Amino acid sequence: MSMINEITLIAVVVAIACALPGVFLVLRGATMVSDAITHTVLLGIVLAFFITQDLNSPLLMIGATLVGLATVWLIETIQRSNLVSNDAAIGIVFPLFFSIAIILITFYAGDVHLDEDAVLMGELAFAPFRRLDLWGYDLGPQSLWVMFIILIINSVFIFFFYKELKVTTFDPAFAAAIGFSPVVIHYALMTLVSLTAVGAYDSVGSILIVGFMVGPALSGYILTHSLNKMIGITVIMAIINSVSGVRLAFFFDTTIAGMIAVVTGSTTLLILIFSPKKGLFQHQISQNRARRNLNKEIEKMA
Amino acid sequence: MNDIAINIDKLTVAYDAQPVLWNISLKFQKGKMIAIVGPNGAGKSTMIKSMLGLVSPVMGSVTHQDENQKAVPYSELKNRIAYVPQNTSVDWNFPTTVRDVVLMGRYGHLGWFKRPRKKDKDIAKQMLLKVGLPTFAKRQISQLSGGQRQRVFLARALAQEAEVYIMDEPLAGVDMKTEHIIMKLLKKLVSEGKTVLVVHHDLQTVETYFDEIVFINQEVIAAGPVDQTFNKQNIDLTYHRDRNVGEGG
Repeated sequence: MSMINEITLIAVVVAIACALPGVFLVLRGATMVSDAITHTVLLGIVLAFFITQDLNSPLLMIGATLVGLATVWLIETIQRSNLVSNDAAIGIVFPLFFSIAIILITFYAGDVHLDEDAVLMGELAFAPFRRLDLWGYDLGPQSLWVMFIILIINSVFIFFFYKELKVTTFDPAFAAAIGFSPVVIHYALMTLVSLTAVGAYDSVGSILIVGFMVGPALSGYILTHSLNKMIGITVIMAIINSVSGVRLAFFFDTTIAGMIAVVTGSTTLLILIFSPKKGLFQHQISQNRARRNLNKEIEKMA
Repeated sequence: MNDIAINIDKLTVAYDAQPVLWNISLKFQKGKMIAIVGPNGAGKSTMIKSMLGLVSPVMGSVTHQDENQKAVPYSELKNRIAYVPQNTSVDWNFPTTVRDVVLMGRYGHLGWFKRPRKKDKDIAKQMLLKVGLPTFAKRQISQLSGGQRQRVFLARALAQEAEVYIMDEPLAGVDMKTEHIIMKLLKKLVSEGKTVLVVHHDLQTVETYFDEIVFINQEVIAAGPVDQTFNKQNIDLTYHRDRNVGEGG
């Protein structure tokens, strides 16, 4: 496979893997919590790296996922105290964990691949160079396999817990009353968000993962009124954004993940403005129409 | 006594240090239409949430009667109790259809993993017909009026096919037609021996709609049959006094 095709394939798999849990983050209004997680998992990676001294150890994934969950738990505990507003709780926890991770990296891990630039931005262009070899066979880029497995895990979870995700998101009190614990589903979803974030670190970097998670899902949310269709549109948008992002990045010879994020942001904004159902443009038209009709009514009465 | 659907015993609930409900003891009779009234912040929603195991008490307990007439905690007979939360508690822009919301009433019977089957879809369809929205199945919930939302919630509760129906303000902000439909359906449930508990805000309709009434304002002020208990004295005691919890009557 040519390099651009390999990179495109990785980008598509990363984009879909991120976008799937993104659907439920958007519906739960938890996009900023996911922003926090996608950064704080770095602390887990660093801590696990100190223990294992091996960047390829699966313990890194586990450590990162645990710190992701700790982030959610700490944010929610601070929110429950009612001492600060909800977004302030995120604003306390996220920079704290993230900056500890950055300091640890600069202090102790200076000589290894774990450097801040890679962590913040990631680099898809290098992904094809790290190959997965098994018994002498080249099985393709390692990150493709990692993200493919994560994509499968996310899809299986959403497939099997579709009804549970739906009812706990729409009406948590009712869901709890009929025996589907919203807390269990919430933490399961956050586990997947953490896991996905760690997997996508290499290729996309922490700053952009949240764009991959939120953008396509928002497009889906704005374009349709049905959860099934929303998931479908989200996946299609993830594919369109990543394929065109890779092409544009090659054309302009610039960062691939960054270009995909720019394309994602642009398509999402365009859809937000021009969506035929809920778009801002349509909203303005119907408001103007309503105002004209009201004016006519008033004139008639006068 | 085997006709007690729900038994609340010395229930005390607190958020942080602030008691919301104080030493509540009540017995709800089976087959009755019961109103729960009280001012804002009286703990009405908290009381029904503790009946549904959604709020854990500091003290006291709530038991429900199972089919063998044994008193058991809520967790053991979830499927015999239907719940209608306040319709303002959910996001009506959630991307789903009327039919899918009603189908959620079947989820408890299905349990984890299992998808709704034809039987469940048929039940959902029947219940939509009962609440007068048969043509709304495929409608997006964002397009519903306040009254229609409340009827969809009732249809979901009916789809639970329960013995007890616990409803938080089902008549708040609904149109006359909806109020009429809801009350007719609730009366029918009661005539079939089901128990219906309603958090209610409109004192003017208490006498027309309900058999029993509970006045609460953090404590139980009065409880009993409407014809004996619904009077000016109890209304005044419930609504027009600055009450201090724990100081007794």
